[in-house]
Amino acid sequence: MKRALIIVALAAATVAAGRHGTPLQQAPKETAAIANPLEGSENARLAGRKLFERECAYCHGPNGEGKPGGAPPLKRPDVCSAPPGALFWVLRNGSLRGGMPSFAHLPEPERWQIVTYIRSLLPEDKHGK
Amino acid sequence: MRNRLHQLSVLACLSCGIAAAGEGAFFITYTHQMEEPGNLEFANSSVTGAPSGGSGFIGSAAEFEYGVKGWWTTEAYLDGAFSSGQSTVFTGFRLENRFRVLPREHWINPVLYVEFEDINGADKSLLEVVGHDGVDDLKQPVADARKEKEREIEAKLILSSYAKGWTIAENLIAEKNLAHEPYEFGYSLGVSRPLALAASPRPCNFCPENLQAGLEMYGGLGTHADFGLHDTSHYLAPVLSWTLMNGTQLRIEPSFGLTDTSARFLLRFGISYEVAQFGRAARKMFTGGIR
Repeated sequence: MKRALIIVALAAATVAAGRHGTPLQQAPKETAAIANPLEGSENARLAGRKLFERECAYCHGPNGEGKPGGAPPLKRPDVCSAPPGALFWVLRNGSLRGGMPSFAHLPEPERWQIVTYIRSLLPEDKHGK
Repeated sequence: MRNRLHQLSVLACLSCGIAAAGEGAFFITYTHQMEEPGNLEFANSSVTGAPSGGSGFIGSAAEFEYGVKGWWTTEAYLDGAFSSGQSTVFTGFRLENRFRVLPREHWINPVLYVEFEDINGADKSLLEVVGHDGVDDLKQPVADARKEKEREIEAKLILSSYAKGWTIAENLIAEKNLAHEPYEFGYSLGVSRPLALAASPRPCNFCPENLQAGLEMYGGLGTHADFGLHDTSHYLAPVLSWTLMNGTQLRIEPSFGLTDTSARFLLRFGISYEVAQFGRAARKMFTGGIR
């Protein structure tokens, strides 16, 4: 009986550990693979900046540089080069236990506009570094 | 200490960032949108009406909504009412908590709501309609109505979804007066959509994405002894909300009574303003920046 309980506890711990990681890493593969329909649109980037300033800047900093004791920076290669679908997934779901709210109340086009802006925070040649 | 409290009171106005008010478009129906952790929203919702055979009135609720966690929002209300030719009275307070059940977005998202209210019979904020609430309640003279104590526990099951820009929400309400009165039930339904789904590239007050139009329907469902639509009030209410660039949200909702027991017409109007990360700023002030 004891052995069975240990096995169940280990299995639960393994499952729980597998679900950890950054919110971006938790995005399902099929969602992460979705392309941004507004990719490359300058209007979308400008609209995304406007939305970012309203919805995200207070925690992540006005240019996504992060805030001490606040939310992590977004102006970094692993975020700016993340698949657009993964960024979109994080905006939709948030990380409620981690303190980031869901932005599902924003219509899909607005969320894609924010994704477009976040990916432009670093120039493309710095995405991979 | 008094100095600190004074600082705290001006903190909300001066030193915090603003955020778009997170009320959604509705007055009565809740969605699963929670207050952002650390944000404080100030809001006022008022309703005015002139029931035939009674005095014209304005009922008002001042709301203070705070995001404790991403999955937990708490709110306090102070209610007051003005009746034409009678008096203006403080009618009581409400404390509510909302708990989001599922951590991720699904096609339908449940939230559990629990509220304690200590109000009197003169309260006319009409934040929900339950049981056999009706126009006769609004006609009672204030002096008499004030004597009636309403200490109640209210629970709601909030269900809501976002689909292709539409917000669709359903609330089921159960309310129990602690003074041995029966359980009362009610409902509210809401659907809304912004006038544009994509934001325009430039900051603007009059962009269509800042405007949301919707429709609410709400009413009572009787008590556990006589559950149903008999002798209950129901309202149909188109709503319009407008979010300004500085985050202030304005809302207006004419409500049309659908049954003989309903008030024929009510007009709701509200304003809300959200202060971003109020909690962090207040903590920093009281601890001198030490975490």
